Amino acid sequence: MNLQDNDFELFGLVARYAQDRAALDARWKDLQRQVHPDKFADQGAAAQRVAMQWSVRINEAYQRLKDPLKRAAYLCELNAAPVNAENNTAMPAPFLMQQMQWREDLDDAQGAEELEQIRLQCLSAKRETLQNIEQLLDDAHDYAGAVAQVRALMFIERFMADVDARLDEIET
Amino acid sequence: MALLQISEPGQTPNPHERRIAVGIDLGTTHSLVASVRHGVAECLPDAQGQVIVPSVVRYLEGGGRQIGFDAIAAGVGDPQNTIASVKRFMGRGLKDVALAGRLPYQFVDHPGMLGLQTVQGEKSPVEVSADILATLRYRAEDTFNADLYGAVITVPAYFDDAQRQATKDAAQLAGLNVLRLINEPTAAAIAYGLDNASEGVYAIYDLGGGTFDISILRLTQGVFEVVATGGDSALGGDDYDHALADWVLAQTGVAAASASDKAALKTAARACKEALTASDSVAFKARVAGAEVVFDVKRSDFEAATQKLTARTLQAVRKALRDAKLEPSEVKGVVMVGGSTRMPHIQRAVGDYFGQTPLTNLNPDEVVALGAAIQANQLAGNNPGGDLLLLDVIPLSLGIETMGGLVERIVQRNETIPCARAQDFTTYIDGQTALALHVVQGERDLVADCRSLARFELRGIPPMAAGAARIRVTFTVDADGLLSVSAREQVSGVEASIAVKPSYGLGDEQITRMLADSYASAESDLQARAIAEARVDADRMILATQSALDADGDLLDAAQRADIEQLMRQVRAACDLDDAPAIEAITTMLAKGTEAFAALRMNRGIQQALAGKNIETI
Repeated sequence: MNLQDNDFELFGLVARYAQDRAALDARWKDLQRQVHPDKFADQGAAAQRVAMQWSVRINEAYQRLKDPLKRAAYLCELNAAPVNAENNTAMPAPFLMQQMQWREDLDDAQGAEELEQIRLQCLSAKRETLQNIEQLLDDAHDYAGAVAQVRALMFIERFMADVDARLDEIET
Repeated sequence: MALLQISEPGQTPNPHERRIAVGIDLGTTHSLVASVRHGVAECLPDAQGQVIVPSVVRYLEGGGRQIGFDAIAAGVGDPQNTIASVKRFMGRGLKDVALAGRLPYQFVDHPGMLGLQTVQGEKSPVEVSADILATLRYRAEDTFNADLYGAVITVPAYFDDAQRQATKDAAQLAGLNVLRLINEPTAAAIAYGLDNASEGVYAIYDLGGGTFDISILRLTQGVFEVVATGGDSALGGDDYDHALADWVLAQTGVAAASASDKAALKTAARACKEALTASDSVAFKARVAGAEVVFDVKRSDFEAATQKLTARTLQAVRKALRDAKLEPSEVKGVVMVGGSTRMPHIQRAVGDYFGQTPLTNLNPDEVVALGAAIQANQLAGNNPGGDLLLLDVIPLSLGIETMGGLVERIVQRNETIPCARAQDFTTYIDGQTALALHVVQGERDLVADCRSLARFELRGIPPMAAGAARIRVTFTVDADGLLSVSAREQVSGVEASIAVKPSYGLGDEQITRMLADSYASAESDLQARAIAEARVDADRMILATQSALDADGDLLDAAQRADIEQLMRQVRAACDLDDAPAIEAITTMLAKGTEAFAALRMNRGIQQALAGKNIETI
């Protein structure tokens, strides 16, 4: 066990997309119980420093493992299919058409009810994409295919954040 | 009810191994110190039996200071040198302080933190707070007749990095070993044992003398996450006194003219308010304009006269719940903190709003200090079987300024701490050898709307073409929520690593100067204290190393073990000398010499956790 192990190894989990959130949370707490600096508050500066490193590393892994999007991107990366979100924004045409349609709907939307409608559409698109990701990663082991879906999900999440911002504006 | 621990016959633990650890509530109006004794957390009283120390420090001409009740009594005629509610100034500049012009102090504006001009020269809010903390430290040391091992100090949940750093600096200045800073609402929740309760959302309603805070906490897997905070920094029990006095004046047609009339009315109103908690009707008595004012006040009159104030607190509660996107019915428990929550109509109003009876069975003045004491006891290692693990989140996002005054967020708010984030930067022009970084804290997108934490420059970058350098800046937030930043150039392999303290914190030289100032009058005292503290540190290090060897000595080969034992012998020998620097130097060597051993032990801990998991899953 060392700091360089990957997130799944660190948490003693099989490296796949499908994970039990409750088990993951329990595991995280369990690990923090072993390494949190508070547990070594009475053992001097050296132990504190090492504990801090471990605690930071476990929190970092936990942030990545608990988030479906980050977990999927991480799995792609581990399997030599990096997502490269900054450099690669090419998306299939139908997906881009749908995005543009949503953007237009968002611009035209009047009131909270219409915004909620758009939000529901996004949610179902998100669910569908997550299912695709699970299938591609865990069953087909098609990591390149999964990367495309992960990028699509990033688009969807960014758009949902804009919808939420509009909803917040209306409510206040 | 806490279970008492009883040792195996003949194996009574060495009494010296019980470490004295305290929890300190460093409050705006008053402060308290508490400790776990005989398995129960309790506040420590002074010789007169008072547990509360008013957070007031008066600086006397020609040296010396008065703290607490003495300072209040003597300070009436000397407002400029009598500093009250200094917590409002911690980590704050003059422009941050509301209504600074109305306060009787002579402020000195500094970038970062303001100063206060007194007869003893300029005092930093950190020094004033340190005087209060030192008073509490001496009280604890007198109570136990022993040196303190360490303290947990509470801060409001919304305190930013600068305010937390200032609090920690004050503790250091007061000679306290800070085991941890924890959030006040979290401490209140611990005092009520909510960390053992099932998971859910809790509201902490804290109405003090001059401030109102509402915090919404979510407990999941032993993590207290601050979901939302709100309140009113100018609303507290004092406003209830004013409202009552005004109402009585309106009823009787008497007018308060002089300052002494106003003071008399305030005292009478306060007494009347407190009596109304237990009785339905109380006589309001005050001497105003040379005549005795006596008026019967019914509890219902008081409630009507202050109804608007209570409504204002509930307005803040509503807003906090809205921020948290929660309904009142989703709140699993409500904890009452602050002396003002004793008023029955407040308890009723809060109960009605949440649809449940709030938790009031602990003393609302003491509850924060009690929770801190429980945490301190655990951190000092006095409760080895204890399961309490506090995983806090960072209250405000951290970011850096990028082109155009925009904020690039590096660490998101509500992320579990400790955490670290690295971000790569590059140079903008050819041959650039320095890089300026501006660290900010806040949720807004513009730098101008966030709080500036630190500006620093990374120098010594080897000249390269624009965009060729790779400067990795690492932000580390420790378990107390305090930030440190370091940077290093990756491509050239040149290490230009620096650690930065936020500009609102005090530099180590400043702390040293303040320490020197406070002990300048007694040079020998200073030395004796330094030696005593060095010995305590050395002792602590030896105990820690010994217990590590006992538990995991098998991880070392004979030579490694001999090295460590040799160092321990040297530390013990040094402790017999009256030479603080020598003791410190050899203690540091022991710390360095055990670093590799500590890493091995941590790895074993992790492996054991994993092994336990595997047995469960099989």
